[in-house]
Amino acid sequence: MALAAQENNETGQKERGDERPTRRRGDSPSMLRSSANLPDTPEGYSPELERVEVQVLLEAMFRHYGFDFRSYAYSSLKRRLWKRIGAEGLQTISQLQDRVLHDPGAMERLLLDLSINVTAMFRDPGFYAAFRTQVVPLLRTYPFLRIWHAGCSTGEEVYSMAILLHEAGLYDRARIYATDINEVVLQRARAGIFPLEKMKEYTENYLKAGGTRSFSEYYTAMYDGALFNSSLTKNVVFSQHNLVTDGSFAEFHVILCRNVMIYFDRELQNRVHDLFYASLVPLGILCLGNKETIRFTRYEDRYEALNLKEKIYRRAG
Amino acid sequence: MTAAPTGGYRLIVVGVSAGGLFALRELVSALPRGFDIPIVVVQHRSKESEALCDLLQECTHLRVGEANDKEPILAGGVYVAPPDYHLLVEPGYFSLSTDEPVRYSRPSIDVMFASAADAYGADVIGVVLTGANADGSRGLQKIVRRGGYAIVQDPADAEVKVMPHSALKAVPGACVLPLKRIAPHLAAIRGRSVPPCRAVTA
Repeated sequence: MALAAQENNETGQKERGDERPTRRRGDSPSMLRSSANLPDTPEGYSPELERVEVQVLLEAMFRHYGFDFRSYAYSSLKRRLWKRIGAEGLQTISQLQDRVLHDPGAMERLLLDLSINVTAMFRDPGFYAAFRTQVVPLLRTYPFLRIWHAGCSTGEEVYSMAILLHEAGLYDRARIYATDINEVVLQRARAGIFPLEKMKEYTENYLKAGGTRSFSEYYTAMYDGALFNSSLTKNVVFSQHNLVTDGSFAEFHVILCRNVMIYFDRELQNRVHDLFYASLVPLGILCLGNKETIRFTRYEDRYEALNLKEKIYRRAG
Repeated sequence: MTAAPTGGYRLIVVGVSAGGLFALRELVSALPRGFDIPIVVVQHRSKESEALCDLLQECTHLRVGEANDKEPILAGGVYVAPPDYHLLVEPGYFSLSTDEPVRYSRPSIDVMFASAADAYGADVIGVVLTGANADGSRGLQKIVRRGGYAIVQDPADAEVKVMPHSALKAVPGACVLPLKRIAPHLAAIRGRSVPPCRAVTA
């Protein structure tokens, strides 16, 4: 996927711009007219035609570039398409298709829109607390640990897991394979620089997650970023992997895939569960996002819940 | 463009901002036992607040729970958007997303309402209750444009008037009701056999 390899500055900056809130107490009704924030189908656009255009666009992207978004959840995919249509100054999905097919740069920008998943360090602190108390003791029984963080995005949760394993005394016997479909986010993950203004929130998360040290030990404050210690990534391999099209590449003791499959439709979720099941050792651990469940997949009976609330499952032997 | 409605309404979506617990309890507790249109609720709240479902479950026979990803939408269910996710309605089930907050809100009422209008067209009833910002207005507008039905809590009756006010600005023809009359109205119009409501004041 050489196409995605060049950093796209325009999109990167725009993202940060979107996140910086100009706080207003009680939005005034005049904000009603600002549509920039709600990417959605324009008024009067036929829902049936829209669906046809989306299908044709995704088919064309797959046939021409090999990027397969055909099994993504429709409503969130559609929001991201309209966001890109707005950013490109276009009016219809067909216009986006034309631009994407004839301008690889536009394809690259759309790819970023479709594949970046927003995350945070120690997102859902309760999950990390449960991992510490319930999973870490199980992991101590293995002399060597292979952990797969599937869909790691910009790496916040990989660094979180590295810190947790470090504090549990398990980091030196662990290898973390952190993968994502998108090479651009992997580059950001490898760099290990996160926005300084997030550190307050991340420190609170870290403490709620049962962190035992001072969070600031793990990073160095720079101009506007927090650079995380490179020792945290010495046992991490960041690598491109596409959950939709690529297969298993090792046997793992733990697989984390949190808030990635929410963007997939049910059939694709099942296919990814095939992959995870085949990639876990017997009694291996599968961690999903807080509001994901294997209950609605065909793997419901193949796992037992170690912690139902935090969605930590163990593969049956 | 949108198929003409053939039966009763199939989905009720409710938006309310922080502080709307009282209003939500009042609404769900007044729905009759056996009320079978699924109800989807977005309330703005902090990441940590987990008690909302319990507090709602206490006062209703309907099944209350936080919506999970790909969970089927079933009759008799009251589904609450989990904090820190956008809740999206697909035909017959939910999807979640962690995309950026919309107008500082995640979950966003607008996002959920718009997805419900996409998935259920004219079979959606949108309800906007008390709240301190304009979230929900654009979504309610979309519901009505797709042939759905809009109910807005009478601002005079609302704890915080900003949200109902801005919803009415966006959808001037919405049915305006005081809180205590919303549940009976939902029960009355569910089969669409009753003529649409005229604006009523508290």
